Amino acid sequence: MTTSIDVGSESLTLRIDDKDVSCRKGDTVLQVARENGIDIPTLCYMEGLSIWGGCRLCMVEIAGSPKLQAACATVCTEGMNISTHSPRLENYRRMIVELLLAERNHVCSVCVSNGHCELQAMAVKLGIDHVRFPYRFPHLEVDNSHDRMRMDHNRCILCSRCVRVCAEVEGAHTKDIKGRGVLAAIIHDLDQNWGESETCTSCGKCVNICPTGALTHRGTAVGEMTKKTTFLPYLTLMREAQP
Amino acid sequence: MKPEELTAMAEKARKQDAHFAHHIHVCTESGCVSSQSDVLLKNIADQVQQRGLKGTVCVKGVGCMGLCCNGPLLKADDTMYQFVKPEHAGAIVESLAAQPVAELVCDTKQPFFTRQKLIVRENAGFIDPENLADCVAHGAYRALLKVLTTMTPQQVIAEISASGLRGRGGAGFPTGLKWATVSKAGGRTKYVICNGDEGDPGAFMDRSVMEGDPHRVLEGMAIAAYAVGAGQGILYVRAEYPLAVKRLTRAINQARREGLLGHGLFGSNFDFNVEIRLGAGAFVCGEETALIASVEGKRGMPRPRPPYPANSGLHGCPTLINNVETFANVPAIIDRGGQWFAGIGTEKSKGTKIFALTGRIKNTGLIEVPMGMPLREIIYDIAGGIPDGKAFKAVQTGGPSGGCIPAEHLDITVDYESLTKLGSIMGSGGMIVMDETSNMVDVARFFMEFCKSESCGKCVPCRVGTYEMHELLDRICKRQATMADLNLLKELCDMVKQTSLCGLGQSAPNPVLSTLRYFENEYLKLIQSAPTASADDGAKHVALEVLS
Repeated sequence: MTTSIDVGSESLTLRIDDKDVSCRKGDTVLQVARENGIDIPTLCYMEGLSIWGGCRLCMVEIAGSPKLQAACATVCTEGMNISTHSPRLENYRRMIVELLLAERNHVCSVCVSNGHCELQAMAVKLGIDHVRFPYRFPHLEVDNSHDRMRMDHNRCILCSRCVRVCAEVEGAHTKDIKGRGVLAAIIHDLDQNWGESETCTSCGKCVNICPTGALTHRGTAVGEMTKKTTFLPYLTLMREAQP
Repeated sequence: MKPEELTAMAEKARKQDAHFAHHIHVCTESGCVSSQSDVLLKNIADQVQQRGLKGTVCVKGVGCMGLCCNGPLLKADDTMYQFVKPEHAGAIVESLAAQPVAELVCDTKQPFFTRQKLIVRENAGFIDPENLADCVAHGAYRALLKVLTTMTPQQVIAEISASGLRGRGGAGFPTGLKWATVSKAGGRTKYVICNGDEGDPGAFMDRSVMEGDPHRVLEGMAIAAYAVGAGQGILYVRAEYPLAVKRLTRAINQARREGLLGHGLFGSNFDFNVEIRLGAGAFVCGEETALIASVEGKRGMPRPRPPYPANSGLHGCPTLINNVETFANVPAIIDRGGQWFAGIGTEKSKGTKIFALTGRIKNTGLIEVPMGMPLREIIYDIAGGIPDGKAFKAVQTGGPSGGCIPAEHLDITVDYESLTKLGSIMGSGGMIVMDETSNMVDVARFFMEFCKSESCGKCVPCRVGTYEMHELLDRICKRQATMADLNLLKELCDMVKQTSLCGLGQSAPNPVLSTLRYFENEYLKLIQSAPTASADDGAKHVALEVLS
């Protein structure tokens, strides 16, 4: 599945952060911004996977629109005037990351992904040095039943990247989401232990695509878990090249 | 079914009805059934049978008569009775030939009945929802016949546009415009979905329409399908409404058997079928994209819009989604004309609206009033005011997405615009009245608890934001909060409203914002009366104070 919504030959021009840019019809604001070196923060977006629109970090202001729009899910139109950074947006983004940090047990110092974590990097980038919201400190399980991989719900931010890569790229759809609100959680098959899943192909894409230390390889110690995400654009390209 | 067969069916039912000298109508909707109106109906039928009156007295179960708090309600000829128990059956049957049973009589001259204007609920109390012939005798499918034999789809859309009808599900989007958009969308396969996932606490308008007049909903859907070019309808009903599901299933089967649904309706080349899908109890499935996902068999979660369902909805096809009450307005508009409908209500809000009155008022139940009626008239005249000599404090409209309207705004007119101006919304039509004993912070906490547990968990602002807002409100209610907590709450409300993915999150802060707007002193009182922070929390509070 490609992230562009409709590939047409027509091109358009628009303004992002007072910079004139051009794009193809069907491109999203996020794609065009990144193409032009304008950074919009994201956590749930992943090139090569379907659009989720859940982390809300990529919210941008569009002139003439009363509502903020998620850059990942907004298709560019001719003459659009977008601003991706403003004190208001920065403030919202900081609050969203603070909420994520307060939601589960994100303790960097003992995390295998320490130093290689997108959530940690985002917090640093947005200048978060403390969290104003009451911490939830939920009691969550670690699924250690798979012989090669581990799911630690304490560090999951429910970005659903693993769910999408499993369903859309690997085609197994082992993973999905159960529950509502803060009680939502990633499950395997019919909420079984990962190791008992009959559909999991143990391909490991979910581990590599996970932004935090929620999905890791077993046998890694603090700070040792590095992830490789370069496979995804490659797989997508191969699939598109096929007749 | 051929056009003349519908007329013949209506004629036959009317003729049969004319044989009866007396009519006894018993409410058989959920409210009254819960106080044994089903047993009452059976007892009355038995009494009539025993007395050999079967040929002269017509006994039937009908839809809601409105005054639910005094149920079970029963109408014997022109007399209405309230609080009727199964053991009263004999006395009521006897009274038909004599004087009414004085102690049970319900005054139908009271404002609760006289101030209403019935369009959607015009047949409630008269028709047996389980009897197709009876519904047809009272005009069911007449509008569909008119549409299929004399109007083009464009004319139908023009008529609906002219009526000024707006969506009754909450947002008030112009129905004619929505229909026109779907009709213009490309693609051969289109769908019509009726949203019967009424989930607001304290709202039961749609349930009543589905239970009391199911054929009206089907007819509205069929007319819409003809207008937009759809062949398949889906009735999405929450599983918590078993009686509505039963009546709708029965209505669909009857209509299919008589050829009022299916192929080539009334000899035209228009085909239309309806199937029922049950919601599994998620409030968020009232949001149209989540509803579509649920119908498709996926997890009921919303997706970013655009594309709107009008262009890409169910299975990627153009889809029209309207609320039960919206569809139920359609047959009347077609039957009597858009101009007639546009003559009722205010400049921008046309027609009538059903409200479910609950809370601290004398008359709780269902009312249908013209748009633009002053709130004071609804609460003091129709609802009979506040019981026990207490003072009115606020009325909550629009459920968890709405807000509170305090006493100083009692003179506003009830329509989409004025409610929005006051920070509330029309919503689906729930009205919860509160008296002076209500704690408004607790009210906000109640609605936030609802949103917190009904958030689907997809987007962070709604998933964690509602949790944290509830946590902060809980602190305030328990007198454990500081001013910093209140400021944080305000900031959080703004962020959740601005950044959430769907309507649930975007409107979740509304109950907090509107109680803050009119009752901030209650928040402040709770915060100021908080015992001074203990030594343990001291450091945290200092840090927070510095930041704010």
